[in-house]
Amino acid sequence: MKIAVCVKAVPDTDAKIVIAGDKQNIDYAGVRIVTSPYDEFAIEEALRLKEKLGGETTVFSVGGKEATDVLRDSLARGIDSAVHIQDDEFDNLDPLSTAKVLAAAIKDGGFDAVFCGQQGVGGDNNQVPAMLAELLGVPQATIILKFETDGTTFKAEREIEGAHETIEGTLPAVFSTQKGLNEPRYPSIKGVMAARRKEIVVKDAAALGVKGQFEKANRKVKVKEMALPASRPLGRKLDGDADAQVKSLMDLLRTEARVI
Amino acid sequence: MAEGILVFVEQRGGQVRKASLEALSEAHRKVATVGGAVTAFIVGKDVKSIAGSLAKYHPSKILVSDSADFENYSTEGYATALTEAVKKTDAKYVFAANTALSKDLLPRVAARLDAPLVSDVTEFVVDGNNLLPKRPQYSGKTYTVYEFNSPVGLVTLRPNVFAIEESSNNVNCPIEDLAVSAGEVKAKVTATQAASGNKVELSEASVVVAGGRGIKGPENWPVLQSLCDQLGAALGASRAVVDAGWIDHQFQVGQTGKTVSPQLYIACGISGAIQHLAGMNSSKVIVAINNNPDAEIFKHATYGIVGDVLEVVPKLTEELKKMNSNN
Ligand SMILES: Cc1cc2nc3c(=O)[nH]c(=O)nc-3n(C[C@H](O)[C@H](O)[C@H](O)COP(=O)(O)OP(=O)(O)OC[C@H]3O[C@@H](n4cnc5c(N)ncnc54)[C@H](O)[C@@H]3O)c2cc1C
Ligand SMILES: Nc1ncnc2c1ncn2[C@@H]1O[C@H](COP(=O)(O)O)[C@@H](O)[C@H]1O
Repeated sequence: MKIAVCVKAVPDTDAKIVIAGDKQNIDYAGVRIVTSPYDEFAIEEALRLKEKLGGETTVFSVGGKEATDVLRDSLARGIDSAVHIQDDEFDNLDPLSTAKVLAAAIKDGGFDAVFCGQQGVGGDNNQVPAMLAELLGVPQATIILKFETDGTTFKAEREIEGAHETIEGTLPAVFSTQKGLNEPRYPSIKGVMAARRKEIVVKDAAALGVKGQFEKANRKVKVKEMALPASRPLGRKLDGDADAQVKSLMDLLRTEARVI
Repeated sequence: MAEGILVFVEQRGGQVRKASLEALSEAHRKVATVGGAVTAFIVGKDVKSIAGSLAKYHPSKILVSDSADFENYSTEGYATALTEAVKKTDAKYVFAANTALSKDLLPRVAARLDAPLVSDVTEFVVDGNNLLPKRPQYSGKTYTVYEFNSPVGLVTLRPNVFAIEESSNNVNCPIEDLAVSAGEVKAKVTATQAASGNKVELSEASVVVAGGRGIKGPENWPVLQSLCDQLGAALGASRAVVDAGWIDHQFQVGQTGKTVSPQLYIACGISGAIQHLAGMNSSKVIVAINNNPDAEIFKHATYGIVGDVLEVVPKLTEELKKMNSNN
């Protein structure tokens, strides 16, 4: 089995978010960067698959220098090799462009399965895996909670509104992982040490044969502006004992908020 | 020049999703800005009979792909159908509700059309004849406004944010067949098992009652469930109690759970961590019940009750019961 994993470097969910001066992105200065939490399930599933069926695992990340640590984190967990896709042209890419860049890097690798997280936390686009599947011309199962394969076919389960559905198909395919699929392992000390010595392959736009394609003027969607949310009107705490509070809440929900 | 709005209407087993009607209503409100007409598109097996029920949401035309090919969902098959519908209508925008199905389908269609997609939109900013989709990011700490640079732009709309506008008169509108076959399909849905969970779907419920560690233990879910019953609410939960094994992950609200946007969200014994807020801070009215007056959740709540959740919730349930029996 040849297994690919795509990981995204994202701000820690607890990070204080400040919008950059040009209002096109957030300001990354001083922000702690982590592997997007859902991608941890993708890494884990790739490792388990290799343990079961043998083969090799490769992790890909499109991003600036912040992606290096995230790729090392994947290696430390046991992924065999890492590819860092980096170019000034790839700055602040939209999901479709990200999927195109990943497809260019993955398409000739002979991969049987590609694992992604279901969404890159922060951006929360929920788009890249299904786009990647289409661009690679392979089937997909997204936001999966269960997964099994014999190396030729697969069976996966995903949650939909009020139900679970089973998807069956053939490999190669792209999968995006949801919480519940597995319990990701932590990197071991030995793994961390070994990962430090491993080489991370760097590929730029020219190496992928996509030079010029992702210049800002060619992108199909642009950020016009990032802004802070309108702040909620300050809430109020209700007075009195439990009975009095419940009575005033009932009144307010009925007459002021009009939601009951 | 592309114009008009194509709305992908989702149905399962002959039931149209409420969130799709919201998308259809929003398209109706915005189409004058865009120019052209609203076309509703529905795909499935034996869906022709339900297509007519969409007329009262004011589309100018209803396009139907009704085929045994579409009895069970397959991303590839549905993508083929929706791509054909986009090409046929030459729409400037494609709307769909941001549901589990759309999260799987729309990005695939976007890639096939080589068109951009903006997901989980909560508002449209009008700019001349263009719609600029706006959406929260980074747990709701920022909003991003996007601009399309493409003949067609795809958008998914967050459920429960856009109002439904329904005509009370009997309206008719032309229904047209769009004959497509699924084509080669390498993966498809082979079974669907109903999950034992909320009667009202969490992401579409207009009232949500959610419990956190402050409810003390799983034996107290019935206390919250009784409140849900009086309000017709769906039950939700914080991650802390999901991780503790008190309830299944399908109930989790937040960054790594579901995003909800109800009219009323009642947070019971939930501290208000940023990752929890990410999933519910677009709710219209937020009520917090927490015994710690300094809990972060009070900063985000419309109304706050400082008190023991196990004392307050039963009283609230009792009051609602009285109100409901008087009506
Ligand atoms: C990557 C990541 C993703 C995450 N995703 C999510 C997510 O999707 N959803 C989510 O919810 N969390 C998420 N979290 C976890 C989040 O940070 C919090 O840990 C979690 O929300 C806390 O849950 P809680 O409010 O139930 O528990 P606590 O923080 O322990 O709060 C319990 C609250 O109950 C109150 N309380 C105690 N007793 C009573 C009583 N008798 N009556 C009334 N109030 C009482 C306390 O004052 C306290 O405020 C995520 C964290 C990370 C790192
Ligand atoms: N820049 C990137 N590099 C590698 N993988 C990515 C990147 N962006 C997104 N992905 C993958 O696609 C998934 C969904 O991301 P998104 O569509 O951005 O929400 C992520 O969990 C990753 O697995």
